[in-house]
Amino acid sequence: MTPQQQIQRVPALPSSSRLIGTLGVIAMLSGFLVVLVYEYTRPFILENRREAIERAVFQVVPGATDHRDFVVNNEEIFPADSGRNGTLLYAAYNTAGELEGIAAGAAAQGYADTIQLLFGYEPDCECITGFSVLQMAETPGLGDRILTDEGFLSNFNDPGLDARLEPNRKELANPIVTVKHGTKEQPWEIDAVSGATVTSKAVGKALNNAAQELLPKLSPHLDELRRGEESQRHEIAGDANG
Amino acid sequence: MAIDLKKNESITADTFLSGLWRENPVFVMLLGMCPVLAVSNSVINALAMGLATTFVLLASSGLVSLLRSFIPKQVRIASYIVIIATFVTIVDYVIQAISLDLYNQLGAFIQLIVANCMILGRAEAFASKQRLGKTLVNSLGQGAGFTFALLCLGSVRELLGNGTLLGIDLFGANFEPWVVMILPPGGFFVLGGWLLLFNWMRERKARKLRETEDAEVAHA
Repeated sequence: MTPQQQIQRVPALPSSSRLIGTLGVIAMLSGFLVVLVYEYTRPFILENRREAIERAVFQVVPGATDHRDFVVNNEEIFPADSGRNGTLLYAAYNTAGELEGIAAGAAAQGYADTIQLLFGYEPDCECITGFSVLQMAETPGLGDRILTDEGFLSNFNDPGLDARLEPNRKELANPIVTVKHGTKEQPWEIDAVSGATVTSKAVGKALNNAAQELLPKLSPHLDELRRGEESQRHEIAGDANG
Repeated sequence: MAIDLKKNESITADTFLSGLWRENPVFVMLLGMCPVLAVSNSVINALAMGLATTFVLLASSGLVSLLRSFIPKQVRIASYIVIIATFVTIVDYVIQAISLDLYNQLGAFIQLIVANCMILGRAEAFASKQRLGKTLVNSLGQGAGFTFALLCLGSVRELLGNGTLLGIDLFGANFEPWVVMILPPGGFFVLGGWLLLFNWMRERKARKLRETEDAEVAHA
Protein backbone atom coordinates (compact mmCIF):
# COMPACT_ATOMS: atom_id res chain seq x y z
CA MET A 1 0.00 0.00 0.00
CA THR A 2 1.54 3.30 -1.03
CA PRO A 3 1.34 6.34 1.24
CA GLN A 4 -1.02 7.93 -1.24
CA GLN A 5 -3.52 5.11 -0.92
CA GLN A 6 -3.31 5.33 2.86
CA ILE A 7 -4.24 9.01 2.76
CA GLN A 8 -7.23 8.26 0.58
CA ARG A 9 -8.58 5.77 3.09
CA VAL A 10 -9.04 8.48 5.73
CA PRO A 11 -12.51 10.06 5.20
CA ALA A 12 -12.28 13.70 4.17
CA LEU A 13 -12.74 16.25 6.97
CA PRO A 14 -15.93 18.26 6.58
CA SER A 15 -15.19 21.94 5.99
CA SER A 16 -15.16 24.30 8.98
CA SER A 17 -18.16 26.17 7.64
CA ARG A 18 -20.15 22.93 7.64
CA LEU A 19 -19.20 22.26 11.28
CA ILE A 20 -20.03 25.81 12.31
CA GLY A 21 -23.26 25.65 10.35
CA THR A 22 -24.31 22.43 12.07
CA LEU A 23 -23.66 23.81 15.54
CA GLY A 24 -25.42 27.03 14.58
CA VAL A 25 -28.54 25.23 13.43
CA ILE A 26 -28.62 23.08 16.56
CA ALA A 27 -28.12 26.08 18.83
CA MET A 28 -30.92 27.96 17.07
CA LEU A 29 -33.24 25.00 17.38
CA SER A 30 -32.34 24.75 21.05
CA GLY A 31 -32.95 28.44 21.66
CA PHE A 32 -36.28 28.30 19.91
CA LEU A 33 -37.47 25.34 22.02
CA VAL A 34 -36.32 26.88 25.30
CA VAL A 35 -37.96 30.24 24.62
CA LEU A 36 -41.17 28.52 23.56
CA VAL A 37 -41.42 26.52 26.78
CA TYR A 38 -40.30 29.49 28.90
CA GLU A 39 -43.03 31.72 27.49
CA TYR A 40 -45.64 29.02 27.93
CA THR A 41 -44.76 28.06 31.52
CA ARG A 42 -43.98 31.55 32.88
CA PRO A 43 -47.51 32.49 33.99
CA PHE A 44 -47.86 29.16 35.81
CA ILE A 45 -44.49 29.57 37.53
CA LEU A 46 -45.27 33.13 38.65
CA GLU A 47 -48.68 32.01 39.93
CA ASN A 48 -47.05 29.15 41.88
CA ARG A 49 -44.52 31.55 43.44
CA ARG A 50 -47.28 33.98 44.42
CA GLU A 51 -49.32 31.17 45.98
CA ALA A 52 -46.31 29.87 47.91
CA ILE A 53 -45.64 33.34 49.35
CA GLU A 54 -49.31 33.83 50.21
CA ARG A 55 -49.48 30.45 51.95
CA ALA A 56 -46.37 31.33 53.93
CA VAL A 57 -47.71 34.77 54.92
CA PHE A 58 -50.98 33.30 56.22
CA GLN A 59 -49.04 30.62 58.07
CA VAL A 60 -46.72 33.00 59.95
CA VAL A 61 -49.46 35.53 60.73
CA PRO A 62 -52.29 33.41 62.14
CA GLY A 63 -55.75 34.81 61.55
CA ALA A 64 -54.77 36.74 58.44
CA THR A 65 -56.96 36.42 55.38
CA ASP A 66 -55.62 39.18 53.17
CA HIS A 67 -52.24 40.76 52.58
CA ARG A 68 -50.90 43.89 50.96
CA ASP A 69 -47.29 44.24 49.95
CA PHE A 70 -45.09 47.23 50.66
CA VAL A 71 -41.48 48.28 50.36
CA VAL A 72 -39.99 50.41 53.10
CA ASN A 73 -36.78 52.46 53.02
CA ASN A 74 -35.20 54.71 55.63
CA GLU A 75 -37.81 57.42 55.30
CA GLU A 76 -40.92 56.23 53.55
CA ILE A 77 -43.16 53.30 52.77
CA PHE A 78 -44.58 52.52 49.32
CA PRO A 79 -46.85 49.87 47.81
CA ALA A 80 -44.66 47.06 46.44
CA ASP A 81 -45.84 47.62 42.86
CA SER A 82 -44.69 51.26 42.87
CA GLY A 83 -41.29 50.15 41.62
CA ARG A 84 -39.30 51.83 44.44
CA ASN A 85 -36.34 50.13 46.14
CA GLY A 86 -36.46 49.05 49.74
CA THR A 87 -37.14 46.13 52.05
CA LEU A 88 -40.16 44.11 51.00
CA LEU A 89 -42.79 43.36 53.62
CA TYR A 90 -46.25 41.84 53.62
CA ALA A 91 -48.86 43.50 55.83
CA ALA A 92 -51.44 40.87 56.77
CA TYR A 93 -55.02 41.77 57.65
CA ASN A 94 -57.92 39.80 59.10
CA THR A 95 -61.46 39.71 57.73
CA ALA A 96 -62.37 42.89 59.62
CA GLY A 97 -59.54 44.70 57.84
CA GLU A 98 -57.43 45.05 60.99
CA LEU A 99 -53.66 44.61 60.88
CA GLU A 100 -52.86 41.15 62.27
CA GLY A 101 -49.13 41.25 61.69
CA ILE A 102 -46.27 41.80 59.31
CA ALA A 103 -44.46 39.12 57.34
CA ALA A 104 -41.02 39.67 55.83
CA GLY A 105 -38.18 37.65 54.39
CA ALA A 106 -34.98 36.57 56.13
CA ALA A 107 -32.03 34.50 54.99
CA ALA A 108 -28.82 33.00 56.37
CA GLN A 109 -26.32 30.31 55.49
CA GLY A 110 -27.46 26.95 56.85
CA TYR A 111 -25.67 23.60 56.92
CA ALA A 112 -26.16 22.81 53.22
CA ASP A 113 -27.20 26.02 51.51
CA THR A 114 -28.83 29.38 52.18
CA ILE A 115 -32.03 29.03 54.18
CA GLN A 116 -34.73 31.45 53.07
CA LEU A 117 -37.41 32.19 55.59
CA LEU A 118 -40.50 34.26 55.95
CA PHE A 119 -41.19 35.40 59.53
CA GLY A 120 -44.25 36.87 61.15
CA TYR A 121 -43.97 39.99 63.34
CA GLU A 122 -46.67 41.06 65.77
CA PRO A 123 -46.47 44.85 66.27
CA ASP A 124 -48.54 44.90 69.49
CA CYS A 125 -46.25 42.59 71.48
CA GLU A 126 -43.20 43.51 69.39
CA CYS A 127 -42.40 39.86 68.94
CA ILE A 128 -41.81 37.30 66.22
CA THR A 129 -44.68 34.84 66.14
CA GLY A 130 -43.50 32.24 63.67
CA PHE A 131 -41.54 31.45 60.57
CA SER A 132 -41.95 29.48 57.39
CA VAL A 133 -39.21 28.10 55.17
CA LEU A 134 -39.38 29.25 51.56
CA GLN A 135 -36.30 27.37 50.48
CA MET A 136 -33.72 25.19 52.18
CA ALA A 137 -31.58 22.17 51.48
CA GLU A 138 -31.01 21.04 55.05
CA THR A 139 -30.46 17.37 55.82
CA PRO A 140 -33.78 15.53 55.93
CA GLY A 141 -34.35 14.08 59.38
CA LEU A 142 -31.87 16.44 61.06
CA GLY A 143 -31.88 20.06 59.89
CA ASP A 144 -35.45 19.99 58.68
CA ARG A 145 -36.61 19.27 62.24
CA ILE A 146 -36.73 23.05 62.72
CA LEU A 147 -40.09 22.72 60.96
CA THR A 148 -41.50 19.96 63.16
CA ASP A 149 -39.67 19.97 66.52
CA GLU A 150 -42.22 21.12 69.10
CA GLY A 151 -39.58 22.47 71.44
CA PHE A 152 -38.13 24.61 68.69
CA LEU A 153 -41.49 25.89 67.47
CA SER A 154 -42.49 26.80 71.05
CA ASN A 155 -39.81 29.53 70.89
CA PHE A 156 -42.32 31.47 68.81
CA ASN A 157 -45.50 30.74 70.79
CA ASP A 158 -47.00 32.63 73.73
CA PRO A 159 -46.03 35.37 73.61
CA GLY A 160 -43.47 34.90 70.86
CA LEU A 161 -39.81 35.66 70.37
CA ASP A 162 -38.98 39.02 71.89
CA ALA A 163 -37.97 41.59 69.24
CA ARG A 164 -38.48 44.84 71.13
CA LEU A 165 -36.70 47.94 69.84
CA GLU A 166 -34.55 50.24 71.95
CA PRO A 167 -36.39 53.38 73.11
CA ASN A 168 -34.58 55.31 70.34
CA ARG A 169 -36.20 52.91 67.79
CA LYS A 170 -32.86 52.45 65.99
CA GLU A 171 -32.00 48.82 66.88
CA LEU A 172 -33.27 45.80 68.78
CA ALA A 173 -33.14 46.10 72.55
CA ASN A 174 -31.74 42.58 72.68
CA PRO A 175 -30.21 40.86 69.65
CA ILE A 176 -31.87 37.55 68.85
CA VAL A 177 -29.50 34.68 69.52
CA THR A 178 -29.70 30.91 69.33
CA VAL A 179 -28.56 29.12 72.48
CA LYS A 180 -27.71 25.50 73.11
CA HIS A 181 -30.66 23.17 73.56
CA GLY A 182 -32.12 23.44 77.07
CA THR A 183 -30.32 26.64 78.09
CA LYS A 184 -32.87 29.25 77.01
CA GLU A 185 -33.44 31.80 79.77
CA GLN A 186 -34.44 35.05 78.06
CA PRO A 187 -37.44 35.67 75.79
CA TRP A 188 -35.13 36.82 72.95
CA GLU A 189 -33.15 33.59 72.96
CA ILE A 190 -33.93 30.68 70.65
CA ASP A 191 -33.63 27.21 72.13
CA ALA A 192 -31.79 25.14 69.47
CA VAL A 193 -32.93 21.73 68.24
CA SER A 194 -30.49 19.22 69.69
CA GLY A 195 -28.64 17.59 66.80
CA ALA A 196 -29.46 20.45 64.43
CA THR A 197 -27.50 23.27 66.01
CA VAL A 198 -26.14 24.69 62.74
CA THR A 199 -29.60 24.99 61.22
CA SER A 200 -31.06 26.43 64.45
CA LYS A 201 -28.26 29.00 64.59
CA ALA A 202 -28.92 29.93 60.97
CA VAL A 203 -32.58 30.62 61.82
CA GLY A 204 -31.49 32.83 64.73
CA LYS A 205 -29.00 34.70 62.59
CA ALA A 206 -31.47 35.20 59.76
CA LEU A 207 -34.16 36.51 62.12
CA ASN A 208 -31.73 38.81 63.94
CA ASN A 209 -30.35 40.32 60.73
CA ALA A 210 -33.77 40.76 59.19
CA ALA A 211 -35.29 42.23 62.35
CA GLN A 212 -32.38 44.65 62.87
CA GLU A 213 -32.77 45.77 59.28
CA LEU A 214 -36.54 45.96 58.97
CA LEU A 215 -38.04 46.86 62.35
CA PRO A 216 -36.41 50.31 62.84
CA LYS A 217 -37.53 51.30 59.34
CA LEU A 218 -40.99 49.88 59.86
CA SER A 219 -41.66 51.33 63.29
CA PRO A 220 -42.64 54.91 62.21
CA HIS A 221 -45.09 53.55 59.61
CA LEU A 222 -47.03 51.08 61.72
CA ASP A 223 -49.97 53.45 62.18
CA GLU A 224 -50.23 53.90 58.43
CA LEU A 225 -50.32 50.14 57.99
CA ARG A 226 -52.94 49.81 60.75
CA ARG A 227 -55.19 52.16 58.83
CA GLY A 228 -54.81 49.64 56.03
CA GLU A 229 -56.97 50.13 52.98
CA GLU A 230 -57.45 53.83 53.59
CA SER A 231 -53.75 54.56 53.83
CA GLN A 232 -52.96 52.57 50.72
CA ARG A 233 -55.47 54.58 48.71
CA HIS A 234 -53.89 57.69 50.13
CA GLU A 235 -50.40 56.47 49.16
CA ILE A 236 -51.45 55.75 45.61
CA ALA A 237 -53.19 59.11 45.33
CA GLY A 238 -50.06 60.78 46.71
CA ASP A 239 -47.90 58.95 44.18
CA ALA A 240 -50.13 60.02 41.34
CA ASN A 241 -50.02 63.63 42.44
CA GLY A 242 -46.27 63.63 43.01
CA MET B 1 -23.97 -5.84 5.54
CA ALA B 2 -27.40 -7.20 4.70
CA ILE B 3 -27.65 -8.85 8.10
CA ASP B 4 -26.65 -5.62 9.79
CA LEU B 5 -29.37 -3.72 7.99
CA LYS B 6 -31.96 -6.26 9.00
CA LYS B 7 -30.87 -6.15 12.61
CA ASN B 8 -31.06 -2.35 12.56
CA GLU B 9 -34.63 -2.26 11.45
CA SER B 10 -36.34 -4.79 13.64
CA ILE B 11 -37.79 -3.66 16.94
CA THR B 12 -38.11 -6.62 19.27
CA ALA B 13 -39.37 -6.91 22.81
CA ASP B 14 -35.72 -7.00 23.80
CA THR B 15 -35.16 -3.46 22.45
CA PHE B 16 -37.38 -2.28 25.30
CA LEU B 17 -36.72 -4.94 27.93
CA SER B 18 -32.92 -4.83 27.79
CA GLY B 19 -32.99 -1.40 29.46
CA LEU B 20 -35.33 -2.62 32.15
CA TRP B 21 -33.35 -5.68 33.11
CA ARG B 22 -30.33 -7.04 31.25
CA GLU B 23 -28.76 -3.62 30.61
CA ASN B 24 -30.38 -1.76 33.49
CA PRO B 25 -28.55 1.58 33.64
CA VAL B 26 -28.28 1.57 37.43
CA PHE B 27 -28.06 -2.04 38.56
CA VAL B 28 -26.00 -3.39 35.67
CA MET B 29 -24.18 -0.50 34.00
CA LEU B 30 -23.85 1.65 37.16
CA LEU B 31 -24.51 4.88 35.26
CA GLY B 32 -25.97 8.10 36.63
CA MET B 33 -25.06 7.26 40.22
CA CYS B 34 -25.11 10.89 41.39
CA PRO B 35 -28.88 11.47 41.09
CA VAL B 36 -29.54 7.85 42.06
CA LEU B 37 -27.88 8.30 45.43
CA ALA B 38 -28.89 11.91 46.00
CA VAL B 39 -32.62 12.11 45.32
CA SER B 40 -33.75 8.58 46.14
CA ASN B 41 -34.60 9.46 49.77
CA SER B 42 -38.35 9.29 49.16
CA VAL B 43 -40.65 7.60 46.68
CA ILE B 44 -42.07 10.82 45.28
CA ASN B 45 -38.61 12.32 44.67
CA ALA B 46 -37.45 9.08 43.04
CA LEU B 47 -40.48 8.98 40.79
CA ALA B 48 -40.19 12.64 39.77
CA MET B 49 -36.47 12.30 39.05
CA GLY B 50 -37.04 9.08 37.10
CA LEU B 51 -39.78 10.61 34.97
CA ALA B 52 -37.80 13.82 34.35
CA THR B 53 -34.74 11.82 33.28
CA THR B 54 -36.85 9.55 31.09
CA PHE B 55 -38.36 12.54 29.32
CA VAL B 56 -34.95 14.11 28.68
CA LEU B 57 -33.58 10.77 27.51
CA LEU B 58 -36.51 10.11 25.19
CA ALA B 59 -36.59 13.59 23.67
CA SER B 60 -32.84 13.99 23.23
CA SER B 61 -32.29 10.50 21.79
CA GLY B 62 -35.19 11.08 19.42
CA LEU B 63 -33.73 14.34 18.15
CA VAL B 64 -30.22 12.88 17.93
CA SER B 65 -31.60 9.98 15.93
CA LEU B 66 -33.42 12.32 13.54
CA LEU B 67 -30.33 14.47 13.05
CA ARG B 68 -27.86 11.56 12.92
CA SER B 69 -26.93 11.97 9.26
CA PHE B 70 -26.80 15.76 9.57
CA ILE B 71 -24.33 15.99 12.48
CA PRO B 72 -20.68 15.50 11.43
CA LYS B 73 -18.64 13.17 13.63
CA GLN B 74 -16.26 15.95 14.70
CA VAL B 75 -18.89 18.04 16.47
CA ARG B 76 -21.22 15.28 17.64
CA ILE B 77 -20.50 15.49 21.38
CA ALA B 78 -21.00 19.27 21.44
CA SER B 79 -24.24 18.85 19.50
CA TYR B 80 -25.52 16.10 21.82
CA ILE B 81 -24.76 18.18 24.91
CA VAL B 82 -26.60 21.21 23.50
CA ILE B 83 -29.60 19.03 22.65
CA ILE B 84 -29.62 17.38 26.09
CA ALA B 85 -29.20 20.74 27.85
CA THR B 86 -32.18 22.11 25.92
CA PHE B 87 -34.48 19.39 27.15
CA VAL B 88 -33.14 19.63 30.70
CA THR B 89 -33.98 23.36 30.70
CA ILE B 90 -37.46 22.54 29.41
CA VAL B 91 -37.98 19.96 32.18
CA ASP B 92 -36.74 22.50 34.70
CA TYR B 93 -39.41 25.03 33.67
CA VAL B 94 -42.14 22.41 33.46
CA ILE B 95 -41.48 21.09 36.99
CA GLN B 96 -41.47 24.66 38.34
CA ALA B 97 -44.82 25.17 36.68
CA ILE B 98 -46.24 21.93 38.10
CA SER B 99 -45.07 22.21 41.70
CA LEU B 100 -42.59 24.52 43.41
CA ASP B 101 -42.40 22.20 46.44
CA LEU B 102 -41.26 19.33 44.28
CA TYR B 103 -38.82 21.61 42.48
CA ASN B 104 -37.28 22.69 45.79
CA GLN B 105 -37.03 19.06 46.92
CA LEU B 106 -35.17 17.98 43.83
CA GLY B 107 -32.86 20.96 44.14
CA ALA B 108 -29.89 21.16 41.81
CA PHE B 109 -30.37 17.62 40.55
CA ILE B 110 -32.81 18.66 37.83
CA GLN B 111 -30.15 20.80 36.19
CA LEU B 112 -27.62 18.03 36.74
CA ILE B 113 -29.60 15.63 34.53
CA VAL B 114 -27.51 17.20 31.77
CA ALA B 115 -24.43 15.50 33.22
CA ASN B 116 -26.11 12.10 33.57
CA CYS B 117 -23.79 9.91 31.53
CA MET B 118 -26.63 7.48 30.84
CA ILE B 119 -28.22 10.03 28.49
CA LEU B 120 -25.04 10.99 26.64
CA GLY B 121 -24.18 7.30 26.51
CA ARG B 122 -27.51 6.47 24.86
CA ALA B 123 -27.04 9.28 22.34
CA GLU B 124 -23.53 8.16 21.45
CA ALA B 125 -23.97 4.40 21.56
CA PHE B 126 -27.49 3.96 20.26
CA ALA B 127 -29.41 6.98 18.96
CA SER B 128 -26.64 8.18 16.64
CA LYS B 129 -26.72 4.83 14.80
CA GLN B 130 -30.36 3.75 14.84
CA ARG B 131 -33.67 4.72 13.32
CA LEU B 132 -36.11 6.91 15.24
CA GLY B 133 -38.61 4.18 16.16
CA LYS B 134 -36.06 1.80 17.56
CA THR B 135 -34.28 4.60 19.41
CA LEU B 136 -37.48 5.74 21.09
CA VAL B 137 -38.39 2.20 22.20
CA ASN B 138 -34.90 1.57 23.53
CA SER B 139 -34.75 4.93 25.34
CA LEU B 140 -38.14 4.31 26.89
CA GLY B 141 -36.83 0.97 28.17
CA GLN B 142 -33.70 2.57 29.58
CA GLY B 143 -35.75 5.34 31.18
CA ALA B 144 -38.13 2.79 32.69
CA GLY B 145 -35.14 0.85 34.01
CA PHE B 146 -33.72 4.00 35.58
CA THR B 147 -37.05 4.92 37.15
CA PHE B 148 -37.49 1.34 38.40
CA ALA B 149 -34.07 1.43 40.05
CA LEU B 150 -34.75 4.80 41.66
CA LEU B 151 -38.07 3.50 42.98
CA CYS B 152 -36.34 0.40 44.41
CA LEU B 153 -34.00 2.66 46.36
CA GLY B 154 -36.58 5.31 47.20
CA SER B 155 -39.17 2.94 48.64
CA VAL B 156 -36.69 1.13 50.91
CA ARG B 157 -35.08 4.35 52.08
CA GLU B 158 -38.37 6.12 52.80
CA LEU B 159 -39.77 3.05 54.56
CA LEU B 160 -36.78 2.53 56.85
CA GLY B 161 -35.71 6.13 57.28
CA ASN B 162 -39.08 7.76 57.78
CA GLY B 163 -41.57 4.93 58.37
CA THR B 164 -43.72 6.13 55.47
CA LEU B 165 -44.40 5.17 51.88
CA LEU B 166 -45.51 7.93 49.50
CA GLY B 167 -46.01 10.03 52.63
CA ILE B 168 -48.46 7.54 54.19
CA ASP B 169 -47.50 6.53 57.71
CA LEU B 170 -47.23 2.74 57.88
CA PHE B 171 -45.87 1.87 61.32
CA GLY B 172 -47.62 4.27 63.67
CA ALA B 173 -46.09 6.45 66.35
CA ASN B 174 -43.99 3.74 68.00
CA PHE B 175 -41.69 3.38 65.01
CA GLU B 176 -38.25 4.88 65.59
CA PRO B 177 -37.06 6.04 62.13
CA TRP B 178 -33.71 4.77 61.00
CA VAL B 179 -32.57 8.27 60.05
CA VAL B 180 -29.28 7.23 58.43
CA MET B 181 -31.29 5.65 55.62
CA ILE B 182 -32.49 9.00 54.27
CA LEU B 183 -29.03 10.53 54.72
CA PRO B 184 -26.38 10.08 51.99
CA PRO B 185 -24.76 6.97 53.61
CA GLY B 186 -28.16 5.25 53.50
CA GLY B 187 -28.15 5.67 49.72
CA PHE B 188 -24.93 3.69 49.50
CA PHE B 189 -26.16 0.99 51.91
CA VAL B 190 -29.41 0.44 50.02
CA LEU B 191 -27.74 0.57 46.60
CA GLY B 192 -25.21 -2.00 47.82
CA GLY B 193 -28.03 -4.22 49.06
CA TRP B 194 -29.89 -4.09 45.74
CA LEU B 195 -26.69 -4.71 43.73
CA LEU B 196 -25.98 -7.74 45.89
CA LEU B 197 -29.46 -9.10 45.27
CA PHE B 198 -29.40 -8.52 41.50
CA ASN B 199 -25.91 -9.95 41.06
CA TRP B 200 -26.81 -13.00 43.13
CA MET B 201 -29.89 -13.57 40.97
CA ARG B 202 -27.86 -13.22 37.76
CA GLU B 203 -25.16 -15.52 39.08
CA ARG B 204 -27.72 -18.15 40.05
CA LYS B 205 -29.38 -18.00 36.63
CA ALA B 206 -26.02 -18.39 34.88
CA ARG B 207 -25.08 -21.33 37.09
CA LYS B 208 -28.36 -23.12 36.38
CA LEU B 209 -27.88 -22.57 32.66
CA ARG B 210 -24.37 -24.03 32.89
CA GLU B 211 -25.60 -27.03 34.85
CA THR B 212 -28.35 -27.86 32.32
CA GLU B 213 -25.81 -27.58 29.52
CA ASP B 214 -23.39 -29.85 31.37
CA ALA B 215 -26.17 -32.35 32.00
CA GLU B 216 -27.10 -32.33 28.33
CA VAL B 217 -23.51 -32.88 27.31
CA ALA B 218 -23.18 -35.75 29.81
CA HIS B 219 -26.45 -37.25 28.60
CA ALA B 220 -25.27 -37.16 25.01
